[in-house]
Amino acid sequence: MSAFSAIGEERDVDQNEYTPGIEPQATWCPGCGDFGVLKALKGAMADLGKDPEEIMLVTGIGCSGKLSSYFESYGYHSIHGRSLPVARAAKLANPDLEVVAAGGDGDGYGIGGNHFMHTARENHDMTYIVFNNEIFGLTKGQTSPTSPKGHESKTQPAGSAKDPIRPLSLALTSGASFIARTAAVNPNQAKEIIKEAIDHDGFSHIDFLTQCPTWNKDARQYVPYTDIQESEDHDFDISNRREAGEAMYEAESALYEGEVLTGRFYKEENRHSYGQEKRSLGEMPEEPLAERYFDDSYEWERSYDLLDAHK
Amino acid sequence: MTANELVWRIAGGSGDGIDSTSQNFAKALMRSGLSVFTHRHYPSRIRGGHTYVEIRAAPEEVKSRGDGYNCLLALGDSFARNPQDEAYYGNEEVKPLTENLDDLREGGVIVYDEGLLDDDDVEDLDERAEEEGWHVYPVDLRGLAREHGREVMRNTAGVGVTCALIDMDLDPIEELMSERMSGDILEQNIDILNMAYEQTAEKEFTHDLTVPEGSHDEDQVLVSGSTGIAYGALDEGCRFIAGYPMTPWTDVYTIMTQNLPAMGGISEQVEDEIAAAALAMGASHAGVKAMSGSSGGGFALMSEPLGLAEMNETPIVLVESMRAGPSTGMPTKPEQADLEHVLYTSQGDSNRVVFAPGTPTEAYDQTRKAFEIAYNYQIPSIVIYDQKLSGELVNVDESFFDREPNPSLGATLTEDEIEEAAHHASGKFQRYLHDPENGVSPRTIPGQKGGRFLASGNEHTPEGHISEDPANRVAQMARRERKLNAIRADLDGREQSNQTAHGEEDAEYGILTWGSQQGTVEEAVDRLNENGHSVKSLGVSDMMPYPEDEVIEFLESVDQALVVEMNASAQFRGLTQKELGRYGEKMTSLLKYNGNPFEPHEIVEGFETSINGGDLDSETTKFVPAAGD
Repeated sequence: MSAFSAIGEERDVDQNEYTPGIEPQATWCPGCGDFGVLKALKGAMADLGKDPEEIMLVTGIGCSGKLSSYFESYGYHSIHGRSLPVARAAKLANPDLEVVAAGGDGDGYGIGGNHFMHTARENHDMTYIVFNNEIFGLTKGQTSPTSPKGHESKTQPAGSAKDPIRPLSLALTSGASFIARTAAVNPNQAKEIIKEAIDHDGFSHIDFLTQCPTWNKDARQYVPYTDIQESEDHDFDISNRREAGEAMYEAESALYEGEVLTGRFYKEENRHSYGQEKRSLGEMPEEPLAERYFDDSYEWERSYDLLDAHK
Repeated sequence: MTANELVWRIAGGSGDGIDSTSQNFAKALMRSGLSVFTHRHYPSRIRGGHTYVEIRAAPEEVKSRGDGYNCLLALGDSFARNPQDEAYYGNEEVKPLTENLDDLREGGVIVYDEGLLDDDDVEDLDERAEEEGWHVYPVDLRGLAREHGREVMRNTAGVGVTCALIDMDLDPIEELMSERMSGDILEQNIDILNMAYEQTAEKEFTHDLTVPEGSHDEDQVLVSGSTGIAYGALDEGCRFIAGYPMTPWTDVYTIMTQNLPAMGGISEQVEDEIAAAALAMGASHAGVKAMSGSSGGGFALMSEPLGLAEMNETPIVLVESMRAGPSTGMPTKPEQADLEHVLYTSQGDSNRVVFAPGTPTEAYDQTRKAFEIAYNYQIPSIVIYDQKLSGELVNVDESFFDREPNPSLGATLTEDEIEEAAHHASGKFQRYLHDPENGVSPRTIPGQKGGRFLASGNEHTPEGHISEDPANRVAQMARRERKLNAIRADLDGREQSNQTAHGEEDAEYGILTWGSQQGTVEEAVDRLNENGHSVKSLGVSDMMPYPEDEVIEFLESVDQALVVEMNASAQFRGLTQKELGRYGEKMTSLLKYNGNPFEPHEIVEGFETSINGGDLDSETTKFVPAAGD
């Protein structure tokens, strides 16, 4: 019998179950794109019939990091840039958990960039939502890794000399097996993309455009947007790495030219998740490791049985 | 120093099989009934460079490296780079001989491979040998190995020669070879071993050094400090480790990684040490006993996750294997200079447990305690040790390891218990209650019904919600602080203290030390007492929470104390003064930070100087005199 009875079959879940009883009203600014992520996540989880207590939501630091305060589940509000290593270890410890990590563009593409690359490479079966508002919001409007070249702020008074990060291309090169971009202004697409990301058996990366009405007033509010799957101008095969790469490059460049291209960019169906790879090498148990600590009948191995090599 | 001891040094280049040969030789000595202790010296290089392993063997317990050594096997360095004396690194070809002569005792025995080493290149060898009464046996080990097998087997030839010279039985060595090799390789090695033995035995010896005789009451195993830590972790139910390679921490990481899959555990090699510590926390949070670790520089990267574990009260064990710093320092050399780093790194007030074991068996015991306390009190525990303890091998009773495992997750609820536990009106589980007396508010594990809460690095309410309310802040800080008091009381109440006392209780003088210097200090204490002094020692392992009562009792009972540690700024003495608020006038420091651990005689001489006066600083050690408070 499982020690974790919240984990199990799909059930009917009311969206309100994901609304916490304490401080149900988020403190984000009016008009903030982060509300869109919260709403889409609740909608997706309800559609998938996930019990709040089988979800572990790990967030970073910043406005986006508050997501775990406003979404009712097992929450983990970690430190700046480190949501991914915490999240992927939880998935290894108990693969039955539904693990979602989330953070901002500074968190994921800046300070946590190394973890982003390596978690994507390892292809853990989890979902990573990056709130991309092209700015550091909570610290009051500094230039971020996705701010456009020339972006002026108190920390870049002469305008940023750097080209912005290309998050979708970075995910593809690093090894993510599901890559999409959506926007807070497009709630239906966002919900559907989150559902697909969670359903996908591998590392799913969603670059989620979240407008910052307070500190990034100059930026577009990500409207109008184009859903590339519904546009005849953007016909490509999302399972083809080369075509996906070109589409990503185009979308990343277009964003800074006023065109918001969203949708699914890449999906690799047959690649094994990291857990599957580890298990096939005999480096990870078939049963969730976390269950063992609640199993009174388990015979724990002892170092005493390893002593032959020391005689 | 015991008169009846063999201190054998095998020297050559990295990559010449020094490690494996010495390990087998140490096991052979152990199997023959002797106690053994090894000391490893190696450069930060894959191939070549001067490396040696010293094995000290005697009939009675051996706790330390000796003062110098009495038998050398100098193999050629087959990866030597510079044949010229004027080269920056010196003439590496002859280093296995030249680098080791200074430590060789009077009347010592030298065997060297004249197939690779040309003694013409060691100008003063004959002269020095005569002066020091050394007995020199050049043998063409390479030729012998080539003739009967392969050149790499010259180590075996050297062992055969050594055995003949010191009258050591070949049986345990042949046994060990048979357990590890097979086919032609085994046959050739056995041939070479016997051939070398017989050829040498025919010669006339000028020395009288022989291997001592001894016997053990029960079966022995040869273990290092790293083995102690890893096996302690396994027996405490640790089944998850994450790490990034770094000397000398890699030893523990490797032992765990080699054993975990067969035990249904998981080892992860990750992108950096920030990730390594964060993974250990993620696994622990999700209900698995987990650890990580590193050495100085890598541990520095763990500072922020460590602080998070203090704040969101995740049980984890980290190990810190010190090497000489600052920065990259001397990667393969021991030092004890990361104490303050480990105690205080990360923002905010420290709230952690730090143990510094003194021996491989203490490493096992204290790693187990580190896990037990981490999970019972939901606090990060750190085991701090150094390159010396990491690699030194000693014999231990096999029965020492015959223990029950303890996989308990500590203060963790089951779903039935969660039903009865306190919840907020919103349905959230109250993970961080203000009132527990010992500071411990039990936790739930993701996936458990009714257990949801928020684990945040921000200050938080009982249900984990972010809060900057002053009253809540004070209540949470006070509760977390109470955990340390409860842990101190818990440790003080146990039958077995982590502090190790040695010598007569009513001794006049004391030597205080911590971590890996304990065995050497104990040997020095014995010698001082034989010399007519009245000395005892205390090896302290609890760095945080500090064992106030035990150290006060020790310091109160002596006139003066010498504090022995391997760093330049007397960090442990500083900690002791800070924790106790006095005794500055009683403690003189004897420090060493040249990359080599103390030899017993340095402590003996240091103690005598501290009592009688004289030249305070030696070539290898430094004094910091007692100061007022």
